[in-house]
Amino acid sequence: MKRDSISGTLLVALVLCVVCSVVVASAAVLLRPLQEANKKLDRQRNVLIAGGVDVSSMSTAEIESMFGDETRIERVLIDLSTGETVDAEAAGIDLATYDPKKAAKSPELSQRVDSAAGATPGVSRREKYAFVYQMVNGGKVEQYVLPVYGKGLWSTLYGFLALQGDLRTVSGITFYEHKETPGLGGEVDNAVWKAKWPGKKVYDDQWQVDFKVIKGEVDPNSAKADHQIDGLSGATITSRGVSNLVQYWVGPDGFGKFLEKQRDVNSSAHQRATGQKRSAQ
Amino acid sequence: MAEPKPKDVLLNPLANNNPIALQVLGICSALAVTTKLETSIVMALSVTFVLGFSNAAVSFIRHYIPSSIRIIVQMTIISSLVIVVDQFLQAFAYGASKTMSVFVGLIITNCIVMGRAEAFAMKNPPLISALDGIGNALGYSLILIVVGFFRELFGSGKLLGLTVLPTVSEGGWYVPNGLMLLPPSAFFLIGFFIWVLRTFKPEQVEAEG
Repeated sequence: MKRDSISGTLLVALVLCVVCSVVVASAAVLLRPLQEANKKLDRQRNVLIAGGVDVSSMSTAEIESMFGDETRIERVLIDLSTGETVDAEAAGIDLATYDPKKAAKSPELSQRVDSAAGATPGVSRREKYAFVYQMVNGGKVEQYVLPVYGKGLWSTLYGFLALQGDLRTVSGITFYEHKETPGLGGEVDNAVWKAKWPGKKVYDDQWQVDFKVIKGEVDPNSAKADHQIDGLSGATITSRGVSNLVQYWVGPDGFGKFLEKQRDVNSSAHQRATGQKRSAQ
Repeated sequence: MAEPKPKDVLLNPLANNNPIALQVLGICSALAVTTKLETSIVMALSVTFVLGFSNAAVSFIRHYIPSSIRIIVQMTIISSLVIVVDQFLQAFAYGASKTMSVFVGLIITNCIVMGRAEAFAMKNPPLISALDGIGNALGYSLILIVVGFFRELFGSGKLLGLTVLPTVSEGGWYVPNGLMLLPPSAFFLIGFFIWVLRTFKPEQVEAEG
């Protein structure tokens, strides 16, 4: 068979495609367990970073032990529509394998994002139940780390937003997965920009959501300075996306109901007693 | 055409015929991933792997590749190798693979890879082609590592994440050069590299006018 004949060309193309796809597929399948483990560790690391923990010198084992220890980091699954802790068995959820990201795509475990109610994260569905990481110290929740996500320009940004014990002040933000343009929208990873977040407030005095990523720099003398963050230059749509996703997730459709409940709990005298009972249920 | 010698093929691209300094190929990734030495090294290793194997594979089947689809065939081989590299990085060097984000995928469009497949591997036997690929990748790596070394050292006072020059923000004396963290600094450094190279090898200077 001549190599430039049509049949020869088709044969070469076919064989090449089969060989290449086998190579690519086997690499993907064989390496998946390792990649999943890396991703999980990276998420845990980001929870800690959002909470202001210096993880640069921490080993894998140290991070895992922190997450295994309920007196340091408590992971609770909450129902976003009520703000209550979910009874995993009654809802038929295995806590060890429940993946909020997958749940957001399954019809039973997700619901439509209501676009009529202000800011939306730009996705059409979100999961019904989400994990909240509570960083505990001496029996008291010091920080609430909330998983947040929303559309930027090219991709959905996944990250964590940490609130302090007063449930109003930000203690940190990170994004662990996104595909924004490196150098522009990708600057959501920029440490200098992320360092502007701690101390900002996401609610006003009446506990209404009041937070915005603005265009340009925040005027430190403005009355709103505590509720604003500098936008990323050259990344208007990513900045808007971050603004919307923060507003959505701390708002009543996101973790708002849960946070409200925590406020009530915190203001009562027996805060830990009820808190523990709830998580034990 | 004279039969290429393995030693020349492997070592010539380092200084005599450097793909970046003389052929000015593959500049894009050299600007993008060299802010830190670690990512430079990971990128250099990835490109070496891809280039070595793609040249060998293309050369191995060079008598069967129909000329009408040869570019597509080369691309398919190169992209498959790049995906494999990307998967490996995600499994074994997750941190680096996150910093490099799209630039691992962009090895596919690195001109050096296709350039060598088309210019060398299509005409020579597999072993020597593999050496040519590795040689060119080493020439590319050399620049990447030199640039990464200076950018990390002067841009953040560190090497491989270890503090060498304590910066002012951490209580030391060194004021980091912010330009070094931005892509244009790689242009300057590559320019210096070419200058030094051509001072020692004046035959590389293009004729004026």
